[in-house]
Amino acid sequence: MIEFHLDTRSGLSPYLQLVRQVRQALRLGLLREGDQLPTVKEVVAQLAINPNTVLKAYRELEHEGLVAARPGVGTFATATLADASLAAHGPLRQDLRRWLAKARRAGLDEESIEALFMTTFRTAAEEDIA
Amino acid sequence: MTAVIQAQGLGKRYGRRWALSDCTLDIPAGRVVGLVGPNGAGKTTLLHLTVGLLAPTTGSIQVLGGRPAANPAQLAKVGFVAQDSPTYTGLSVADHLKLGARLNPGWDAALARDRIGQLGLDPGRRAGQLSGGQRAQLALTLGVAKQPELLILDEPVAALDPLARREFLQGLMEATVEHKLSVVLSSHLVSDLERVCDYLIVLVESRVRVAGEVEELLATHHRLSGPRRDPTLLPSDQQVVAASHTDRQTTLIVRTDAPIHDPAWTVSQLSLEDLVLAYMGKPTHTAHTGRNHRPPLEVQR
Repeated sequence: MIEFHLDTRSGLSPYLQLVRQVRQALRLGLLREGDQLPTVKEVVAQLAINPNTVLKAYRELEHEGLVAARPGVGTFATATLADASLAAHGPLRQDLRRWLAKARRAGLDEESIEALFMTTFRTAAEEDIA
Repeated sequence: MTAVIQAQGLGKRYGRRWALSDCTLDIPAGRVVGLVGPNGAGKTTLLHLTVGLLAPTTGSIQVLGGRPAANPAQLAKVGFVAQDSPTYTGLSVADHLKLGARLNPGWDAALARDRIGQLGLDPGRRAGQLSGGQRAQLALTLGVAKQPELLILDEPVAALDPLARREFLQGLMEATVEHKLSVVLSSHLVSDLERVCDYLIVLVESRVRVAGEVEELLATHHRLSGPRRDPTLLPSDQQVVAASHTDRQTTLIVRTDAPIHDPAWTVSQLSLEDLVLAYMGKPTHTAHTGRNHRPPLEVQR
């Protein structure tokens, strides 16, 4: 069973933090296919957050095909992210390096690169959800 | 789903002073509602009107479809924990549960006992000997064991230290899931409520400045900053909540359902706290009247 935590200063909405932590756990093998996720009651009792936040996170994960709810029993992991994504890390990192080099050539300093990356990343993340 | 609280032009006057005026609300069931505002804004007055401890001077209020405190059935549906977690200093924890059982037709004795056990409270201990956090938990236990449909708490965490505050909110959220409660809780600090509420009411100087689903509020409010300009020239669907200017720059908090296309603005997201603070500041006329009387732009030289 995994345990959630919240970072109030991350700027990321609590529900997205939960979604991300489940994905991360699946990626790292902390959560495997068939494992049960904490119940909504357990999560709210631990984090003192609104129950709808947890429900929304679980719905999103369900929509992505990563978990499935069994009524009256709980929510279970139905997929694993470990192998598929690890293999892709190498080429993605290379792409990112190339992009970083390009940004530096264009005259962006580290702060500007970070700002550009974060704003683009957030906008894209929001659009994905919407 | 039926409304938990419906208020129409609700107002309460004490002598010449209006503690609450022109309050119109329509709160759906199943929400955890945060009622925020500075001290003296009228939060307690609104909560007392909701539970029927006060009668309105003007307007009307319906709670779970009935008039507050109209009859025993209505009283049983609404739980209320007043400010400072009131308990009887001389009575033991067990006495409190006995009292709760006698006074409430829907009392769940097993639930109350279990919760006291989980909290590790000694049933023989007098309430006066409990810590502030334990007293708050005892008051919450009474409120939950009554098995209301709506639980109202007035500043439940104001007097608690951070750990007790977290534990209290954990217990409250757990009860919300377990008993499918609707909850209204007030605080003068939005940071206390940010994680727990999904519906927000901002009350300032006896008036509701804004009320709505937290998610929708966050999605429709933006901070715009850019070269100095006159806010009256904004598109009419952008309601200015707060505006500040330097000689070159203008920063606005606007509410709009439409995306912001003007490339001159840098658009950023607001936290719930920023949003509340924007409404707590000096009201622009549009903020609560919805009319287009915008404040004249001051010229600074």
